[in-house]
Amino acid sequence: MNFPILSAVTFLPLVGSLFILLIKDSSDKAIDNTKYVAIFTSFANFFLAIFLWFSFDTSTADFQFIENKQWVSGYFNFRLGIDGISILFILLTAFITPICVLSVINSVKVRIKEFFIAILVMETLMIGVFCSLDLVVFYLFFEGGLIPMFLIIGIWGGPRRVYSAFKFFLFTLLGSVLLLIAVISIYWITGTTDMTQLLEIKIPKEYQYLLWLAFFSSFAVKLPMWPVHTWLPDAHVEAPTAGSVILAAILLKMAGYGFIRFSIGLFPVASDFFTPLIFLLSIIAIVYTSLVALMQEDMKKLIAYSSVAHMGFVTVGIFTFTKQGLEGSIIQMISHGLISAALFLCVGVVYDRVHSRMISSYGGLVHIIPKYAVIFMIFTLAALGLPGTSGFVGEILILMGAFQKNILVAVLASLGVIFSAAYMLWLYKRVVFGKINNSELKKIYDLNKTEIFILSSLAFLILFFGFYPDPLFRTIDISVSELIKNYEINLTFYLTEAAK
Amino acid sequence: MEYAIVFLPLIGAIVSGFFGKKIGDRFSEIFTSLLVSISAILSFVVFYFVIVQGYANNITIFSWLTSGDLQVNWSIKIDALSSTMLVVVGIVSSLVHIYSIGYMVHDDCKTRFMSYLSLFTFTMITLVTSDNFLQLFFGWEGVGLCSYLLIGFWYKKPSANAAAIKAFIVNRVGDFGFALGIFLIFYYFRTVNYSEVFAQIPFIAGKQINFLGIEINVITLTCILLFLGCMGKSAQIFLHTWLPDAMEGPTPVSALIHAATMVTAGVFLVVRCSPIFEYSQFALNLVCIVGMTTAFITATIALVQNDIKRIIAYSTCSQLGYMFFAAGIGAYHVAMFHLFTHAFFKALLFLGSGSVIHSFKNEQDIRLMGGVWKKIPYTWILMLIGTLALTGFPFLSGYYSKDAIIEFAYLKNSTIGFYAVFIGILTAILTSIYSWRLLFKTFHGKYSNEKINIENIHESPMIMLAPLILLAVGAIGSGYLFKDLFIGYGSSSEFWRNSILFLNPITNDHPPIWLILLTPLLIMISIPISYYLFLKDKKILTKFVRSHKQVYEFLLNKWYFDELYDFIFVKPLKKLGLIFWKNGDIKTIDQFGPDGFAKLVKFFSNKAVQFQNGYIYHYAFVMLVGLSILLTYLILI
Repeated sequence: MNFPILSAVTFLPLVGSLFILLIKDSSDKAIDNTKYVAIFTSFANFFLAIFLWFSFDTSTADFQFIENKQWVSGYFNFRLGIDGISILFILLTAFITPICVLSVINSVKVRIKEFFIAILVMETLMIGVFCSLDLVVFYLFFEGGLIPMFLIIGIWGGPRRVYSAFKFFLFTLLGSVLLLIAVISIYWITGTTDMTQLLEIKIPKEYQYLLWLAFFSSFAVKLPMWPVHTWLPDAHVEAPTAGSVILAAILLKMAGYGFIRFSIGLFPVASDFFTPLIFLLSIIAIVYTSLVALMQEDMKKLIAYSSVAHMGFVTVGIFTFTKQGLEGSIIQMISHGLISAALFLCVGVVYDRVHSRMISSYGGLVHIIPKYAVIFMIFTLAALGLPGTSGFVGEILILMGAFQKNILVAVLASLGVIFSAAYMLWLYKRVVFGKINNSELKKIYDLNKTEIFILSSLAFLILFFGFYPDPLFRTIDISVSELIKNYEINLTFYLTEAAK
Repeated sequence: MEYAIVFLPLIGAIVSGFFGKKIGDRFSEIFTSLLVSISAILSFVVFYFVIVQGYANNITIFSWLTSGDLQVNWSIKIDALSSTMLVVVGIVSSLVHIYSIGYMVHDDCKTRFMSYLSLFTFTMITLVTSDNFLQLFFGWEGVGLCSYLLIGFWYKKPSANAAAIKAFIVNRVGDFGFALGIFLIFYYFRTVNYSEVFAQIPFIAGKQINFLGIEINVITLTCILLFLGCMGKSAQIFLHTWLPDAMEGPTPVSALIHAATMVTAGVFLVVRCSPIFEYSQFALNLVCIVGMTTAFITATIALVQNDIKRIIAYSTCSQLGYMFFAAGIGAYHVAMFHLFTHAFFKALLFLGSGSVIHSFKNEQDIRLMGGVWKKIPYTWILMLIGTLALTGFPFLSGYYSKDAIIEFAYLKNSTIGFYAVFIGILTAILTSIYSWRLLFKTFHGKYSNEKINIENIHESPMIMLAPLILLAVGAIGSGYLFKDLFIGYGSSSEFWRNSILFLNPITNDHPPIWLILLTPLLIMISIPISYYLFLKDKKILTKFVRSHKQVYEFLLNKWYFDELYDFIFVKPLKKLGLIFWKNGDIKTIDQFGPDGFAKLVKFFSNKAVQFQNGYIYHYAFVMLVGLSILLTYLILI
């Protein structure tokens, strides 16, 4: 295929944002135009991504739609390509962005033009992360995402936005510096940053440990893993709804994707060696943050902490190196992308009306806004992993995979399933059930058409993939098998070499 | 036909749930009731074919999970076991649907209620017709969800919300074990389909596994973990505390979910997994002991409770205990028989008490009732039948199933068997006493409600009584009619075929005649005794209570299970969460992490700023220091 479809999917939002930039007037008409451009661009990109999915060949594990352009000649090329794992994340990004755009139209009132630009630039960078096949290109996209997110929190955020934005920046920067050093050293060791070549070259064992740790530090912050997770609740609390949605649904997933693509692919020995560390941190994350989530008084903070716990499941699954564990992790990430987005949107809905995130200022919402109560219930159940929702599929596979690798880890991680039921149901009860204590609540109106459209499309996907996740499985099947096969071949290669 | 049985209730739930406002209350009520009734009738047809032709079928609907060697389908499995459950679910569910039309007449959210009931029926059917453990788990959590929604149906009541969450979370604790059991099964068998797992059991039987440092037999561990799930769902001791609280829900719900169907899922699972349990004597003994303990403890609690529904709830726990110890002694078919008869008389008792509550305008305290048997004669007679059946009065349904349990325990001829006989008889007497106490205090004696005039007590409408009458017929006849089919020698193995595995074939011995006569005799004696104690001469009891205050308090407070759990689990976990948050995240990670780092940078930049103060002698001094360091370095090297 000659049409550079990956570049198109990646850069279409950027083109859209350029158009918005060119709209200079600030009259209502102009604002409307920016809205239309943003909606059109993001939906067009979504359909393009769907088209990409249909033309994707699920019968091979090779990278597809490869594009290669000379960039800094002799050093690295601009190289894009996808396999079954990346395409799901591209789809997720392309699906979440239009939802964010719609929610922004609904709720943001100031500097809306700039907000659209930030979101669309963000989309380009995120999709770029999932397509890139060159470490330098990956690094640029991966860290570039920091800037629009920093601005989204810093400009449209709540009262403590500056503190949160800097905390976010500080933490992530710590990881990026090390990641950059690691990328440079890989070039220095192997002479290339091309992923397809790197997968063939076997990086010497003694380098792997340090390089793995450098990659890990960057991914662990982004994921986030315990104990570098504290930026997440603050960032979420201060970020505007759309910002939280992007953050939770996609930004966190870039780290999980990074673990799968780079840590396992490039450093099999080190991945095997550090597995206990990952398990330990993930288990702490699951138990610790679940308990912390239980005690939160702020809705967004509660969901943020629950995200940390859910991402803990993801890392457990990835480092089981079993088919079930890895597929479970990927599905858990997609599903968490949908569920956390939906939950933050739900919080956004009531925040727009009441301007409070405190759980205590709500209660009895079911009497006033029953539609909201129903749809919020679906997402609550999905978040606690009820069978029949996509949350269950990921969790159960991860735990099955973990059980084969380490029983203790599976048992402790399963505790998270009890806790998640406790904090989610308690949250729901305090917000939606009970008596109306806050007189301000009586005036609020139920979901409008846009909100119903956004939330029910999310609910549909969550339920659909809960009952029929087969399309997801079919897409990732061969790529994951290949990944595990390569990992095992490499591992035995290094081990036999050590034996010599 | 199988598709219709499974999906008709779902259609009802969806239509009533999403289009309730458009189609109206009346239509939604009739529509859901009709669909569930058709599903029930079809269940009967299937049951008939199973009895007559030994019909069995396993339909694959579509694939659910495919990951590596894990392959799970949505399925409908019909055999003797699932068809029996289908009949129980179908009958009780359709009758409860009809009853609810009358019971919920004053409620504003009828369509929501009917939708939940139908949804429950659907998930329960998927549970019993599953051919693999994962779909079973779907049904398992699905019924848990519906139970949660229905317990909290009256969401204005804080106690209902609390009870709903408690039910869900306690069940999750059990499901935690259940899920681990499924993981273990997959780990060893590489499949979660019943037939494939059961086929491999003999080959796995001797294997040991190191589970959290304990060396244990794989089969035993699997059984224990699965049984943990059963304990949660069937409200067995330690995980029983949610069931009495679940009575916060509307009464039809209590009859359907918390008496006849959902809570028996645990028993169903043990029976379904008989091919696994049979290979672990240890697990069977555990099931037996847990069952006995529950039967006894909850019966003692039921003796002193005053809420009409709570008494019946504790009685349900106790009867479920009977079913478990029947399964534990290897008499799975008797457990199923008791499950079958229990569904009739317990649903009858619950719906009957609902009728009483309805007449008393939502009063549930039996101390505030009494003397109304002439005012509500139908309800009285129906409750009487239910009570007789529950206590095991000769020739009613409970008599056949409960005595069969005790007889089989005796024939087991082992220590645990004899122990079971003893507990079984003792609990039967307790059952009789608390049941008659309930009946006498509710319907006889002096009328003692000051809020409502006795003239205002009216019989419930026909739409509520009709289902009760049908259930009463079942409570009278189901024991006699089905005893040969379920537990008769020879005929029962013809019926169950390979849906239940007995490693030790059932003997055709008969227990001694004294044992057969003993229980009914004791039960009949206890009727006049309770009559005397609770109606004629209350002084004896009051005196007894006064002199044994601690015992009474202990029972009244339900052996302090709730307080204990609150003390051991709930409070410490909340405290731990707070400590992790305030001390862990804020005071440790943040303080030494980003905030500390920021402070450090600020500190050094402040210091650096001080250097640039413009005084020439400061700069000269620094230059001097630098020069001397340089010189020292050069000299030393």
